[in-house]
Amino acid sequence: MSIELKNITKQFGGVSAVNDVSFTVADGQLVALLGPSGCGKTTVLRMISGLEMPTAGEILVRGKRVNDVPVQKRNIGFVFQGYALFKSMSVADNIAFGLLIKKWAKADRDARVAELIELLGLKDLAKRFPHQLSGGQRQRVALARALAPKPDVLLLDEPFAAVDAKIRQELREMLVNLHHELNVTTIFVTHDQEEAMEVSNRIVVFDKGRLAQIGTPREVYEEPASEFVARFIGVMNVLDCEVREGVARCGELEFPTHGVADGQRLRIGFRPYAVQVSNDLMAYRHFAVLRHTYFLGVLLRLELEFPSGLIIRARMSKEEYARLNLTEGRKISLQIRQYRVLAREGELLPPEVSVTHHLGPSPGDGI
Amino acid sequence: MAGIPKPKLNAGQRKSQRGTEEAPFVKWLLITVALLFSLVFLLLPLVNVFAQAFAKGFTVYWDALKHPDTIAAMKLTLLVTVICMPLNVLFGLAAAWAITKFEFRGKSLLVTLIDLPFSVSPVVAGLMFVVLFGLQGYFGEWLADREIRIIFAVPGIVLATLFVTFPFVARELIPIMQAAGSDQEQSALTLGANGWQTFWYVTLPSVKMGLLYGTILCIARCVGEFGAVSVVSGHITGKTDTVPLHVEKLYNEYQGAAAFAVASILALGALLTLGLKTWLEWREAKLETLAQQAEQAITQ
Repeated sequence: MSIELKNITKQFGGVSAVNDVSFTVADGQLVALLGPSGCGKTTVLRMISGLEMPTAGEILVRGKRVNDVPVQKRNIGFVFQGYALFKSMSVADNIAFGLLIKKWAKADRDARVAELIELLGLKDLAKRFPHQLSGGQRQRVALARALAPKPDVLLLDEPFAAVDAKIRQELREMLVNLHHELNVTTIFVTHDQEEAMEVSNRIVVFDKGRLAQIGTPREVYEEPASEFVARFIGVMNVLDCEVREGVARCGELEFPTHGVADGQRLRIGFRPYAVQVSNDLMAYRHFAVLRHTYFLGVLLRLELEFPSGLIIRARMSKEEYARLNLTEGRKISLQIRQYRVLAREGELLPPEVSVTHHLGPSPGDGI
Repeated sequence: MAGIPKPKLNAGQRKSQRGTEEAPFVKWLLITVALLFSLVFLLLPLVNVFAQAFAKGFTVYWDALKHPDTIAAMKLTLLVTVICMPLNVLFGLAAAWAITKFEFRGKSLLVTLIDLPFSVSPVVAGLMFVVLFGLQGYFGEWLADREIRIIFAVPGIVLATLFVTFPFVARELIPIMQAAGSDQEQSALTLGANGWQTFWYVTLPSVKMGLLYGTILCIARCVGEFGAVSVVSGHITGKTDTVPLHVEKLYNEYQGAAAFAVASILALGALLTLGLKTWLEWREAKLETLAQQAEQAITQ
């Protein structure tokens, strides 16, 4: 079922939580609403569900305005961050609740509950009560309960935030599989960019109540629409540069620019994978020392320091690292294959990491 | 295990004591004081009630109980309880719901108002109703013209009792509902439930222990209230005497054994209430431990 938001604004006591947000979710998509906490993403989800009313703007479902349709009539499935299972009901009763309310016949209800218990692997837990379940099991029950009445849309608020890393991974995969199987339009809220990239086929990025970008994970990663998106999604080296003789300079690094006057300041960004490293000092024109290697599994992250003290991050595979025979403290040569201008003077935001070019840890260092 | 020598403990290690614990004599002193106090001031008088009740034999006891005036007092007390208890349950639920689920102006005022009957002396509460509905009261003339009797009649007793027992259910429910939050209710809404269904299937089951507990306290007070009821009742024997008022009257008329006989019924009721409350608490604690054990079993 397609959902469209048109110029949605939500104010709480005069403070704007969501500001003029418009986007469309096509039928059957799996969409992530992504942003740091307090960016309004949960409020958007709650407005789609009908738990919250927009202050201004329209919400359209299948082209029909639903602003005034109460939450009970929207036929949505909602999974709350804290699961919000009914504590006084067993797992089976929790799942059956929506069916009971919608007056399904007992036989149909039982069949549907059995189906969902099977689908979500809750077989031995049907008679248990919520306090007897682990976090991951509770999450699966919450999903089953939301899916039982065959909702048109499945909405999930930070669905995997409260479980440990291993279970989270399983649940992510389960959500993707479920979506694949049921093909129900699904929207979930997350602050974890890695989760958004992995699970969704479209990402809506929010920044301070406004829409920052909407696109596929690849688009958002490779073509960030703003410095905020670039910094928020994945790891990015961000350098403050000054333009001299048509070239933006920062320490030893130089980035040719077009049509920028001398003396102007620019912010340049490039991904760690855009840094090409060689153990042959003649290969590229820049030199740096491999300060530290972070082992992340198949990929390694390298911290490279220039003679001027400028530090950047690079990324390479374990095999490449072995092939180049790299060790910490070794001198290397490098070049930067791709970069982008994140912000020009006048639109420069204060740097979010630290003032000099020493990069602190940023979210989702795994990417 | 035979192979491992037992470490020898010196005296200090054997009687190991937590750093946060009081010295033993302080501990025992406090326990003794508390026990002695409850023995002398709580248990002894209670035992005495029963001793006095049976002092002149079982026949006197039984005669006092089956006296028409005693029966009338019991009926009145029962009637008052049957009217006040459901009203206070209803009010308590509504107030707790309003306070915990909605944001509105004057919320803290409402919370304070609920506590008012706790802080006002019952006698003053009774007098308030006399000032309002008595013959010389604000509405006295208007009521007299229509021949509606409130003061020195059953309606006054009901009103006074209602006022005094007002906070019990609400006070019990508010913290429970606050702790539960509104997530469960919201998920019921997303599953299509209307307000009534949400209340019936979700809210009520989650507060049922607190509701039961508050109701028990409310009933106990309905039955036992003296001060406020005394002011508005008028003490018409067989008509406006509740059980506590009847006990006082018997005692003042030097019918000690009869007074204690009727009092023993009240005391018995109080004991039953206490027993019921303890049992409920014990049962809940047991369920809690079971739940914890189950949780541990899962995490292990």
